[in-house]
Amino acid sequence: MSLAFVRRHVLTVWSLLFFGYLLLPIAVVAAFSFNHPKGRFNYTWESFTWSNWTHWNAIPGIQSAVVLSLEIAVIASILATALGTLMALALVRYGFRGRGTTNFIVFLPLSTPEIVLGASLLTLFLNFNTPLGFWTILIAHVMFCVSFAVVTVKARLVGFDRHLEEAAMDLGANEWVTFRKVTLPLIAPAILAALLLCFAISVDDFVVTYFVAGPRVTFPIFVWGAARVATPPQINVIGIAFFVIAVTAMLGNVFFQNRRAVRA
Amino acid sequence: MGFLHQRRTLAPYLLLAPGMLWLAIFFLVPLGFLVYQSLQSGNIDFGYAFTWAWGNYWDAIKGYRGEFERSFEYAGLATVIALAVSYPVAYWIAFRGGRWKNLLLLFIVAPFFVTYLIRTLAWETILSDHGLVVRLLTDIHLVPSGGRVLATGTAVVAGITYNFLPFMALPLYVSLEQIDHSLVEAAEDLYANKWIAFLRVTFPLSLPGVVAGTLLTFIPAAGDFINAQLLGSPTTHMIGNVINSKFNELIDYPAAAAMSFILMAIILAMILVYARAVGTEKLTG
Repeated sequence: MSLAFVRRHVLTVWSLLFFGYLLLPIAVVAAFSFNHPKGRFNYTWESFTWSNWTHWNAIPGIQSAVVLSLEIAVIASILATALGTLMALALVRYGFRGRGTTNFIVFLPLSTPEIVLGASLLTLFLNFNTPLGFWTILIAHVMFCVSFAVVTVKARLVGFDRHLEEAAMDLGANEWVTFRKVTLPLIAPAILAALLLCFAISVDDFVVTYFVAGPRVTFPIFVWGAARVATPPQINVIGIAFFVIAVTAMLGNVFFQNRRAVRA
Repeated sequence: MGFLHQRRTLAPYLLLAPGMLWLAIFFLVPLGFLVYQSLQSGNIDFGYAFTWAWGNYWDAIKGYRGEFERSFEYAGLATVIALAVSYPVAYWIAFRGGRWKNLLLLFIVAPFFVTYLIRTLAWETILSDHGLVVRLLTDIHLVPSGGRVLATGTAVVAGITYNFLPFMALPLYVSLEQIDHSLVEAAEDLYANKWIAFLRVTFPLSLPGVVAGTLLTFIPAAGDFINAQLLGSPTTHMIGNVINSKFNELIDYPAAAAMSFILMAIILAMILVYARAVGTEKLTG
């Protein structure tokens, strides 16, 4: 690679380095999921083994942690997307008193550090002697996901052609039928995007969850607890498994969109 | 007709009610309780009581000034580095990405699909004392022999930068993507210099992305404690570490609540100053 080439393609080279930097830790996590560590810590490469993958739940507590994380993420993302979609509809479709304030309140949780969200929720639960556990985790996850859902669905609604709905109404559909047959299918991609975003945020959340989980252990809390005394390679296995599933789904989506774009 | 009209004006409030109630009860009310807690005094054994204990705020500022300053210093550094590193990449994808744009964006968000804590543990492996990075840096004399990268402020800033990079790159990409190419071409015709055209046209048009990206990076970074815990040492602890340990280990609720409130107040004040400078509509959408 000559100097002239580098100079001409400096942006490309920079970007490729950037992607290498972004993906390096993921490669490390993947590689060390096949490691057979000598001690309790999985920091230096010893020898290759499949056994971490075939015995992914061999560490006490890891399976129940994964299950709890998935349960919470499914319920929280559905609830938060439902609430968020309704709010987005109100904010984009109607001019009403208090719209600015509403926008601000939706924006506020996004601009509050997680540790403050977790700390303040914990003080609420403490003051009401609420037992910490599944329900408090769920409440917290819906709370911090709602704003993300609102923002995602709003973005789609803003570019929405209202003439389609007016046409449906002119043809005799009432508001509910119009919503179900016209509006909903058109904003469905945004609703799906919001669901996936909320799921990803919920499944990955550590800070807020750590404050309100009480005795319950989600997967990130399990990793945190484990990291203090040992880092079993099974943690990497779960991490990479999540990663592969998510990326496959996204790749499928990208491929599908590209094909549609080519045909259109 | 009157009924119909009434239903129309009620509709937005009915749509908003469930979500707003959730946010009110589980976000706004708790902030009130945070303040209430922060003005209590007492101890774990005998319980805490509300006594208008403003002293908690003074103690927090006096006792943990270093941690507060470090939080904003590290977050600021990480934000500036993330901006400098990812702007060229966002530009490259937006203007040269072609039909690979979506795939390249997928690469940018890829780290998000590996749990935050696991990503950070991976950096602990990469930067560890016998790892490749330390050996390389020692060879080129950037690190003295026997020196460490792990457990330093550099490692913490590097970790924060990495973990919040997609928050910076994505908004940058979105705003660069929307730029009308003919404007840039016109500018290049007029200025006859790509750099000046970039500085006068492309960069100003991408400012909304810069604003969104810096906020989305800075805010979580300032409250973070995971990077300082896993990649740093007690001398690199940020205010998040103190809040976390006071809440979850020492059970010193009033002090921790006071610190949380100060952290939030400082961040909100910074956002307001920022919003003044760029206009609120851009911030809240």
